[in-house]
Amino acid sequence: MKSEQQYIDLFSQCEAMICRHSAEAMNAPRAKAFADFERIGFPTRKQEKYKYTEVADLFAPDYGLNLNRLPIPVNPYEVFKCDVPNMSTSLYFVVNDAFDKHDHPAAQLPEGVLFGSLKEMSEQHPELVKKYYGKLADTAKDGVAAFNTLFAQDGVLMYVPRNKVVEKPIQLVNILRADVDFMVNRRVLVILEEGAQAKLLVCDHAMDNVNFLSTQVVEVFAGENAVFDLYELEETHDSTVRFSNLYVRQEAGSNVLLNGMTLHNGTTRNTTEVTLAGRGAEINLCGMAIADRNEQVDNHTFIDHQVPDCTSNELFKYVLDHQATGAFAGKVLVREGAQRTCSQQTNRNICATREARMYTQPQLEIYADDVKCSHGATVGQLDENALFYMQQRGISLQEARLLLMFAFVNEVVDQIRMEALKDRLHLLVEKRFRGELNKCQGCAICKN
Amino acid sequence: MQVEPNKYVKELTQEKYKYGFTTDVHTDIIEKGLDEKVVRLISEKKGEPDWLLDFRLKAFRYWQQLEMPTWAHLTIPEIDYQAISYYADPTRKKDGPKSLDEVDPELIKTFDKLGIPLEERLALSGMAVDAVMDSVSVKTTFKETLMEKGIIFCSISEAVREHPDLVKQYLGSVVGYRDNFFAALNSAVFSDGSFVYIPKGVRCPMELSTYFRINAANTGQFERTLIVADDDSYVSYLEGCTAPMRDENQLHAAIVEIVVMNRAEVKYSTVQNWYPGDAEGKGGVYNFVTKRGNCKGVDSKLSWTQVETGSAITWKYPSCILSGDNSTAEFYSVAVTNHFQQADTGTKMIHLGKNTRSTIVSKGISAGKSQNSYRGLVRVSGRADNARNYSQCDSLLLGSHCGAHTFPYMDIHNETAVVEHEATTSKISEDQIFYCNQRGISTEDAVGLIVNGYAKEVLNKLPMEFAVEAQKLLSVSLEGSVG
Repeated sequence: MKSEQQYIDLFSQCEAMICRHSAEAMNAPRAKAFADFERIGFPTRKQEKYKYTEVADLFAPDYGLNLNRLPIPVNPYEVFKCDVPNMSTSLYFVVNDAFDKHDHPAAQLPEGVLFGSLKEMSEQHPELVKKYYGKLADTAKDGVAAFNTLFAQDGVLMYVPRNKVVEKPIQLVNILRADVDFMVNRRVLVILEEGAQAKLLVCDHAMDNVNFLSTQVVEVFAGENAVFDLYELEETHDSTVRFSNLYVRQEAGSNVLLNGMTLHNGTTRNTTEVTLAGRGAEINLCGMAIADRNEQVDNHTFIDHQVPDCTSNELFKYVLDHQATGAFAGKVLVREGAQRTCSQQTNRNICATREARMYTQPQLEIYADDVKCSHGATVGQLDENALFYMQQRGISLQEARLLLMFAFVNEVVDQIRMEALKDRLHLLVEKRFRGELNKCQGCAICKN
Repeated sequence: MQVEPNKYVKELTQEKYKYGFTTDVHTDIIEKGLDEKVVRLISEKKGEPDWLLDFRLKAFRYWQQLEMPTWAHLTIPEIDYQAISYYADPTRKKDGPKSLDEVDPELIKTFDKLGIPLEERLALSGMAVDAVMDSVSVKTTFKETLMEKGIIFCSISEAVREHPDLVKQYLGSVVGYRDNFFAALNSAVFSDGSFVYIPKGVRCPMELSTYFRINAANTGQFERTLIVADDDSYVSYLEGCTAPMRDENQLHAAIVEIVVMNRAEVKYSTVQNWYPGDAEGKGGVYNFVTKRGNCKGVDSKLSWTQVETGSAITWKYPSCILSGDNSTAEFYSVAVTNHFQQADTGTKMIHLGKNTRSTIVSKGISAGKSQNSYRGLVRVSGRADNARNYSQCDSLLLGSHCGAHTFPYMDIHNETAVVEHEATTSKISEDQIFYCNQRGISTEDAVGLIVNGYAKEVLNKLPMEFAVEAQKLLSVSLEGSVG
């Protein structure tokens, strides 16, 4: 419990400070989170859910925390252009874990739609936040969620009222910026009421070459017939640790697409839990990881079919080079009575070197009989015949390998429901494979 | 077939668990409970050498430090390990029977009822049988015929006496006493089991078979099987098991170890039909078994085939360690659960050698309120170049209160590996049933037909005699599950 103790002490000492710089709705669950965290601590590898990531070790180093909410002297709009050509988005920034208060030049939101600092929104709309905050992220079940609930002071709230359609995609850029080893804990709350529609693109970037650890808890509530797309793109660096817990609850007839792409990272652990609570809900969950050197990507997904007539599709692809480690654990639970469930899960992986490691664990737990469920997982290499075929036609081996790997992960990119973003990602993926993408693209700092 | 098929199925389905009788033979049972004294007593009763007693004691001391594993997808009621008797000997004679005449006639009747060809006159069935009742090996047939070829097939106690070097060399070499909770328990208290040694270049001319039966009440059965196939040899080994119907649960924790040397081949088939408990989930055998083979030599081959229909709870993962280059392993399984049965079964394929191949075909059928899980691991180590694995696990659900689960693990540490896993879960389609109904086949018969077709891929791997028995078992186990 050594790793936990420093945080238990820290919270005990600084509780007043943490609460002072946050909002009532976020402070309320801290006491329970503290009790839960004291009891369960960080997850260990003995727990099936965290079999492939040693959490406590990652939290052990001494990181700085900005509990006193000192302003960070950076205007992201000046230094950062994470633009997608041919696509206009409403652009927002979160620097570390604070919502950036500079003007948002491109932001145009329909009336009634809220997007902004979770702390401020909690003050302005306490009832709304109170109703949803912490309702999906169960602190008693997950040590990382408890930790985040304990320390998160700000984040983002997105609220789309009934039948409102947000045409223009919203883009949120998380920037990690610090001069010393640094930890950020951010919280995202997404609420779509009945019939609401929106698209959210979240990009993670690390600007400085120090060690970062970020935890993030995202809670998404999709009301009846709501349509929501969430794209997450991670482009950080080797010394970044990311914990992301994404919880989604879907009501009847809702349609949600989640796509998590890891292009560059240090150690990443994404937990995604989807509850299909209303009939006819559909979830499309996909993910892709390109990892090399000592990068680690661990995706854990859980889809809970609670009611009949729901559909889930899952597709995860990994390309692992050098000593990279990949892990995928996907569990689909079909509860008793959840008849006519349709569930598909696919995980395909390429290990490019002998040192690369892949752990995959596709799981089905089914308690209803009228279901169509399947999962498939493969680990292999590039098809020798295809490589030979291309070489015969004058394509160099190197190029042929790239083409195949490119095609391999593009299946995930093609799931994106925004053409411009799809094109952009095709390009990014290709650059990534060619080794030209050492850091993030388009950021003024990296360009210099 | 000339006989009316419906009648045949009906006969079968009406008989429920036909092996549920008990045999009234005098049985020497030691006091309930487990401590070091008991371990020493078992060893003493069997007149074991010191090294084996040491092995038992080490295992027992290790077991005491362990807790029962909880990771399986099973709800296991608490087991009081002190309420079980760890040794029951129905033969009660000095050193086990020397010939058939010495065996208690009741016992022979028992095995007759079970249809086991214990008597020489049943030699036509061409099987050498080692029958183990409760804790003791009762009779091994055909020993002399096998001996001519140099094949050793006897109870493990006898092997300890007569071939101590072989036993000492291989016992615990595949499943060490530190392997897991039940392996440690078994290593401490194992009572009997079979030992098979096939010498170099010998192809075993007949199927070897062991029949296990728990008879005495409140006893556990802890047998241990050790099979060693030396270079260029071949053996096919069958295992069957039954138990009487009792309201209390009975514990069965066995170990099977198989060593396969250069170019040798071992085929191990199991039809597991321990008493599954009644329709209300009362009673039944807890079957916690560790089975593992080591394909030690180059070009060796090990094949597991299992038909699991019995036991209240099954916890069983026949595994293969593919340490020899070019070795091959197969796992074929049909697991049927009905009423309140629970099964968590599957396999582990550990690829260590180069060019190793493994195939996994698992078919789960769940009915009633049962839970049926497939749990499997495929590990390809860094040195195992060109390893190849194909896994397929299908589940069939009959009824809306049962569960079918799949938990495959794949740990790949080598870029040349090709590993595939596929799983599907579904129920019998209404179209198929309708098609059969149209042709005058009743729904129950149609389900029987479809289930048999579904399991065919695995049943085909069983030796002839077993395949017939297994098919019958399938229909009996699923009786009353349709409607």
